[in-house]
Amino acid sequence: MIGLEPVATPGAPLARRNPVAKLAAGLVFSFLLVASLDPVAPAVAIAIELALLPLFGIRYRVLARRALPLLAGAVGILVTLVLFAADRSGRVLWAAGPLLVTSGVLVTALGLVLRMLAVALPGVIVFATTDPTDLADALVQNAKAPARFAIGALAAFRLVPLLGQEWQMLTMARRARGVDAGRNPLARLRLFAATAFALLVGAIRRGTRLAVAMDARGFDAGTPRTVARRQVFRPADWLLVAGAAALAGGALAVSVALGTFRPLIG
Amino acid sequence: MAGVRLVGFGWRHAGRRAWAVRGVDLRIDHGERVLLLGPSGAGKSTLLAALAGLLPADSGEQEGTVEIDGLDPAKARERVGTVFQDPQSQLVMARCGDDVAFGLENRGVPGDEIWPRVDEALRRVGFPYHRDRPTAALSGGEQQRLALAGVLALRPGLLLLDEPTANLDPAGADLVRTAVAGALDPDTTLVLVEHRVADALPLVDRVVVLTPGGGVRADGTPEAVFAAHGAALAAEGVWVPGHPTVTRPAAGPPGAELLTADRLGLPPRLAPTDLAVRAGEALAVLGPNGAGKSTLALLLGGLLRPGAGRLTATAALAGGDTRTPPHRWRAPALAGRIGSVFQDPEHQFVTRTVRDELALGPRRTGRPEPAVRATVDELLDRLRLTRLAGANPYTLSGGEARRLSVATALATAPRLLICDEPTFGQDRRTWGELVDLFADLRDAGHGVVTVTHDGDFVAALADRTVTLRPAREQP
Repeated sequence: MIGLEPVATPGAPLARRNPVAKLAAGLVFSFLLVASLDPVAPAVAIAIELALLPLFGIRYRVLARRALPLLAGAVGILVTLVLFAADRSGRVLWAAGPLLVTSGVLVTALGLVLRMLAVALPGVIVFATTDPTDLADALVQNAKAPARFAIGALAAFRLVPLLGQEWQMLTMARRARGVDAGRNPLARLRLFAATAFALLVGAIRRGTRLAVAMDARGFDAGTPRTVARRQVFRPADWLLVAGAAALAGGALAVSVALGTFRPLIG
Repeated sequence: MAGVRLVGFGWRHAGRRAWAVRGVDLRIDHGERVLLLGPSGAGKSTLLAALAGLLPADSGEQEGTVEIDGLDPAKARERVGTVFQDPQSQLVMARCGDDVAFGLENRGVPGDEIWPRVDEALRRVGFPYHRDRPTAALSGGEQQRLALAGVLALRPGLLLLDEPTANLDPAGADLVRTAVAGALDPDTTLVLVEHRVADALPLVDRVVVLTPGGGVRADGTPEAVFAAHGAALAAEGVWVPGHPTVTRPAAGPPGAELLTADRLGLPPRLAPTDLAVRAGEALAVLGPNGAGKSTLALLLGGLLRPGAGRLTATAALAGGDTRTPPHRWRAPALAGRIGSVFQDPEHQFVTRTVRDELALGPRRTGRPEPAVRATVDELLDRLRLTRLAGANPYTLSGGEARRLSVATALATAPRLLICDEPTFGQDRRTWGELVDLFADLRDAGHGVVTVTHDGDFVAALADRTVTLRPAREQP
């Protein structure tokens, strides 16, 4: 699983921007890139993302560690596509028995993998530089999200790490009661389903208790909420969103200029 | 300041036949400090929830009236603050200060007043950390202190505490009690539910005793109430001070060794530990929080793979299977040899009814059906669960759930029983039953290992104690 807790230097110029602005900038950047199927635009975009990383206060090594599952997935997709995609056009680069690698398939596969990375990285960067509490605050204050949803989700989010411990407990408790699956895959599947169900039941019970405790402190009071931590959307935040759009447009422009641009639609 | 008035109050949860609480007439004036007592099932928590305005009309049926300052509790919520039992499910935010601020935000306190009030509340409970401290880094006692601060910041006229220390070790419970004592002012009315009366008495000036389904039985100063009703209350399970508990020392010397731990550890949770577990002996494992007591219980129970050292079972426990370490035994074999009782009983329940829960282990170990039925009936009877045979384990009260979790571990007649904090939050009656049950098992030649903070329990039962030290303090 990709970690979600912030790892950036909090004072970095872009990490300090409003969480909603960072989220919007990331979304704008990603969505514009989806428009092209070629490898050039995402490659330029990745270069831009990596170049901006210091401004977000993220060290390259930290990003690499956090994006490791993403990279592993990318390599897997690349290999699978190169070996098995139906498209066999272009120059033959390498042939060994039934395996045939052509320039056409390589370009398509590379395009897809680069696109995946280019689209996902902004999300990784946003969450690596944003405290969940700040994000919830900004969603409520700047994006007018309902507090009941944003703060409720934040409180639930806090309980997620407990699920791992809970799972281990449930597994051990079942073993102590004489329940295990041995080597039988069907029994294993059944046991997994039963444990998952127990985990779900436990999570709901805990969530209910938390909801009662929150209401006891007036969460459902209906009085207009005030805010303890003010989030401000400054002109610089608008600039960040506009900048993201401009940079993504720039990446597409490079691709058009080089003649590699292949629109998603049409 | 807030006053409470109940007239003929009763509440029945939707879908239940019995009333959780009924016929309560009670008046509590501004600034009074009341300890609410009663045996398990007397409806103390339900009454508290009613005062807190946390019983929605569609979740049950109400009789009589309950008023806070003449208002319906649902409308008087701003005057009431509640601290519940479980610290984990009370904290909302990731940082301590934010958590205290949460209630103030909900009540619409102006933004520039929030932080001074947060700091004041944290000071009142003696909170030792900065408000940026992550809530996840707090101990249970500190979390309850924080929960109390979150409630006090709202300046409630009526403070409700529902067994706030039941889930805590003695040090954590002390922290919370000191914080409550320090935070009370003459303007705050207090209603406290607490099993451990001796610990609660310094905080209160009045005791109200509820009877299951029968309203208020006694009401007055602690001295007057305990002089008139102390013995009866003690018999019903209330921890009345000055009523000694049973003591069950071993009838004979310990028997054969069952398990040998040789430098057994699991870094960083448990430092290497040498230990012998014997048949016919009650062994208590003590030590502060973080010393790895629960980890040791899981290792001895064959539920965790050791990270260091070895755990060996003797022939007395494992028959011909002594070459395989317990954590690699198949589950049915394990359940027939070592029974484990977890700290939270709810983790342990697998089936839909109490009866199935008890039958599960014996069936898994391949006992014939008539023998299974006989075992189940005997355990139901011995642990006073017969009436609940058809009930869902998750609907049981704390004491009932604890008795069931012990019964499930006994159902496979294991030679060794390992329990993690079996007496946490239990009333005096269940406590006494557990002491007797474990002592009977020991005297019948079983080994009993308990991980516990409960000094009374150790004094009543343990033949030998082992004290663990925190892993990082050791060389």
